[in-house]
Amino acid sequence: MWFFLLKRCCLAVLIVLLAVTALYLMIHAIPGDPASIILGPRATEEMKAALAVKMGLDQPVYIQLLTFFGDVIQGNLGFDVFSQRPVTEIIMEQLPYTLILILTSISWAAAIGIPLGCYSAIYQNSLFDKVSAVLSVGTIAIPSFVVAIYGLLIFSVSLQWLPAIGAGNDGDFWDQAEHLILPSLAVGLGWVGYISRLVRSSMLETLSANHVRTARAFGLPERVIIFRYSLRIAILPTITLLGVGIGYLLSGALFAEIVFARPGIGKLIFDAVSTRNYPIVMGSVLVTTVLFVIATTLADFINAVFDPRIRTHA
Amino acid sequence: MTATTTKLVATMPDFSFLRVISKSLIRLCHEPLGLLGLVLVTLIVSSAVFASWLVPYDPVAMDIMHRLAPPSFEHWLGTDQLGRDVFSRVLMGGQVALKVALSAIALALGFGLLLGLIAGYGPRWLDNIIVTLFDTVRSFPTIIFALAVVTLTGPSLTTIILVVVITSIPIYGRVVRTQTQALRAQEFILAERAMGASVPRILFIHMLPNVIGQLLILASMDVPIVITIEAGLSFLGLGIQPPTPSWGTILNDGYSFIRNTPWLIIAGGLPLILSTLGFTFLGESLRDIFDPKLRKDI
Amino acid sequence: MSDIILDVHNLSIDYRTSRGALKALRKVNLQVPKGKIVGIVGESGCGKSTLISAIINLLAPNATVSEGGVKFQDDDLLALTNNQMQHIRGNRFSMIFQDPMTSLNPVISIGTQMVDIQYRDKVSKSAKLDKAAMMLDRVGIPDSQSRLALYPHEFSGGMLQRIAIAMALLVEPDLLIADEPTTALDATLEVQIIHRLKELQASQGCSILFISHHLGVIAELCDEVVVMYAGEVVEQGSVRDIFHRPSHPYTQKLLECDPARIVDKTRDLPTIFGNLPDLVAVPQGCIFADRCEFASSHCHRLRPSRTVVEEGHTANCHLLSKEGVVHA
Repeated sequence: MWFFLLKRCCLAVLIVLLAVTALYLMIHAIPGDPASIILGPRATEEMKAALAVKMGLDQPVYIQLLTFFGDVIQGNLGFDVFSQRPVTEIIMEQLPYTLILILTSISWAAAIGIPLGCYSAIYQNSLFDKVSAVLSVGTIAIPSFVVAIYGLLIFSVSLQWLPAIGAGNDGDFWDQAEHLILPSLAVGLGWVGYISRLVRSSMLETLSANHVRTARAFGLPERVIIFRYSLRIAILPTITLLGVGIGYLLSGALFAEIVFARPGIGKLIFDAVSTRNYPIVMGSVLVTTVLFVIATTLADFINAVFDPRIRTHA
Repeated sequence: MTATTTKLVATMPDFSFLRVISKSLIRLCHEPLGLLGLVLVTLIVSSAVFASWLVPYDPVAMDIMHRLAPPSFEHWLGTDQLGRDVFSRVLMGGQVALKVALSAIALALGFGLLLGLIAGYGPRWLDNIIVTLFDTVRSFPTIIFALAVVTLTGPSLTTIILVVVITSIPIYGRVVRTQTQALRAQEFILAERAMGASVPRILFIHMLPNVIGQLLILASMDVPIVITIEAGLSFLGLGIQPPTPSWGTILNDGYSFIRNTPWLIIAGGLPLILSTLGFTFLGESLRDIFDPKLRKDI
Repeated sequence: MSDIILDVHNLSIDYRTSRGALKALRKVNLQVPKGKIVGIVGESGCGKSTLISAIINLLAPNATVSEGGVKFQDDDLLALTNNQMQHIRGNRFSMIFQDPMTSLNPVISIGTQMVDIQYRDKVSKSAKLDKAAMMLDRVGIPDSQSRLALYPHEFSGGMLQRIAIAMALLVEPDLLIADEPTTALDATLEVQIIHRLKELQASQGCSILFISHHLGVIAELCDEVVVMYAGEVVEQGSVRDIFHRPSHPYTQKLLECDPARIVDKTRDLPTIFGNLPDLVAVPQGCIFADRCEFASSHCHRLRPSRTVVEEGHTANCHLLSKEGVVHA
């Protein structure tokens, strides 16, 4: 099991390295050097040269890359072009908002999606199953930013039940919770469908397995068969899905943060892209890639905890 | 040898195209959701194809005097902040969305097919490299990857297509790779190899027909995703640039005037929802009909 | 309570298929007496598994019982509700399934699974664990106490089948149903398991319904044998009767084809020519007529009825009614 985890971690690090290198090279491949773009058209040659030296742009690309990775390992992601604050600090300010949004969204989606999928599998082909299948496809198909905008239009603008923008006042739990409702509705809605469909299909597969027939043949109560003998196995692909799905969650969060003018990593990247603030873009992309890799590795780890077969074999 | 030949014949798909199409149409019509999907898709595709003839107004013509007008008999979906007819823009936006979807998916499918065949049939080390690359691409959230690319290249139609192509290649590549690996161990391929068939012959005469069906189903299920990406990027102002109409930019206009003109949002969002629903229902029904085992890794 | 613990009478089961009703079982009769081991033998597709599913009332959703019933002790099993049936399963009878590698839950430890099936007993968990360990000892698993914590994938196939037997006997059933429990194992293990099963049966005094396509195992273990072919019982009697005086042409062929009985060196293994009949369109005469070398036009037209060969030994064959035992 430890070897398996080690292998997963190595692959994870490799992916992060590749991703960052690719991005770094792309930045340097485009015409126009960053220094001129940052300083604007009225900068003198001396100013550009000074900034280029400060940013290390006069070095060969591979040295720059190595320096960048060296800095990253020390937790230094460079400095914001405009405010000169450390990128790490800025990201750390924004990250909690995004994480809270993602976790809330996925929690409520799982809380509804898992029972929905379970119930659909147990009563396969019933009216409930069919209705929930259509609803699942529906929620998956509707883009999250459309849900966000329609939610804003209906609940904030028309009905005025919920606040429209921001993340609520610091320290005021209920205010912050109120500001979370619409964004997490937008981010989580599609996941209800994803999760319920996946749980349904893996539950159907598990319920038809030989060992479930054995459990039935021993007269175990249906409750025990479903919750202890089947759901434990059927839930495993869902955990993997959640791990891989963090990228989609981040995309969803980005739209929700922009539509609801909510602080967070997505809004940070968006604003940095609009102003061509490279250090922030690089830093945030690095952080989101690391998040993705952590989430998938964590999902594998949880799978290993739930499934003794992985623990010993891998 | 006779055994090999029969096996070969048995695995070659039936290519009488018209019959396959008419048969699947009939089966689609027996499923309520498939039928609904077919109707929606037909409606959207035909309105996009004939958009240039259908539009009542020039979708980019401004009429400042009638800006932000509510829906009326002259302007079915009202006008936007520049007085442009929203109905005409929605129709043309559909055309743009489908253009992006078709060209991006065709490119991604082509590259995915090629890489998948190489990974599945080529040497082990090449397979490892390609799979790691696929994993790397998958580790960027699509939108964030798009943002990074837009920072570098600036927003444009080409950028959107580039982003979609790069992020969807792994989806197709993985399926092709798995299929190819499963096929290469099968008897009829082994027999071909034993008889000295060239690699391109094996790949394109034998592998291709066996994976193309799955790929087309995947592609049909990819359409709503690509439409969503295009609309999303355009909504952020990073995709289709004004004055070209797109459902995303219409939504963005609506978002800016959300307190006064809800029809803009409804006009931009509804066709988006209907088309993603339509293509999803259609794609899923096609999958259920042709290949119930194919499940897409989201 | 009578001496017959399980009585399957006139049982017919159909599967709904796209081609029409597939008549998987037709008028099957068999009895399992108290304390006896009854073997069912037949090639694959003869309806053995359908018969078992019917007995434990876990038929596939597309199956219907068109005729007859299953009486277990005093209950008509097919008439029971799910709840009543659940009370009988794993209590008054228990099962050993074919493939030991997949018939135990992969993510729950052996000990927990063995405790779970004792859920009816009102004793402490540690008492249940002790009983489980004791049972593992009895099926020949050394170091049983510590192995309770292990998961199914940590055992070999032979070990798992012993565990399955231990589980089946743990609930002290009146009837044990074993569905080809040794098919997945190699020959030496098979013999060990069979002997163990026989010992345990003797000490617990339960009846066993043992399904196999392996004649050697049946001969070794069983008291009585039921020969099935294409969804019908063609011959039944004591092990002695069946193996020494096979009276139905199918049984005779089956014995001829058993590799263990081939004495002379030969290049070609004997086979029964032809295939199983189509069970959607069942032929009107004797079910074996198409493959029987003695078949007359009479056999093709008329379904044979059960004919007594001798006391406790019957066969369904026209040839018996006139000439007595058929000689090959």
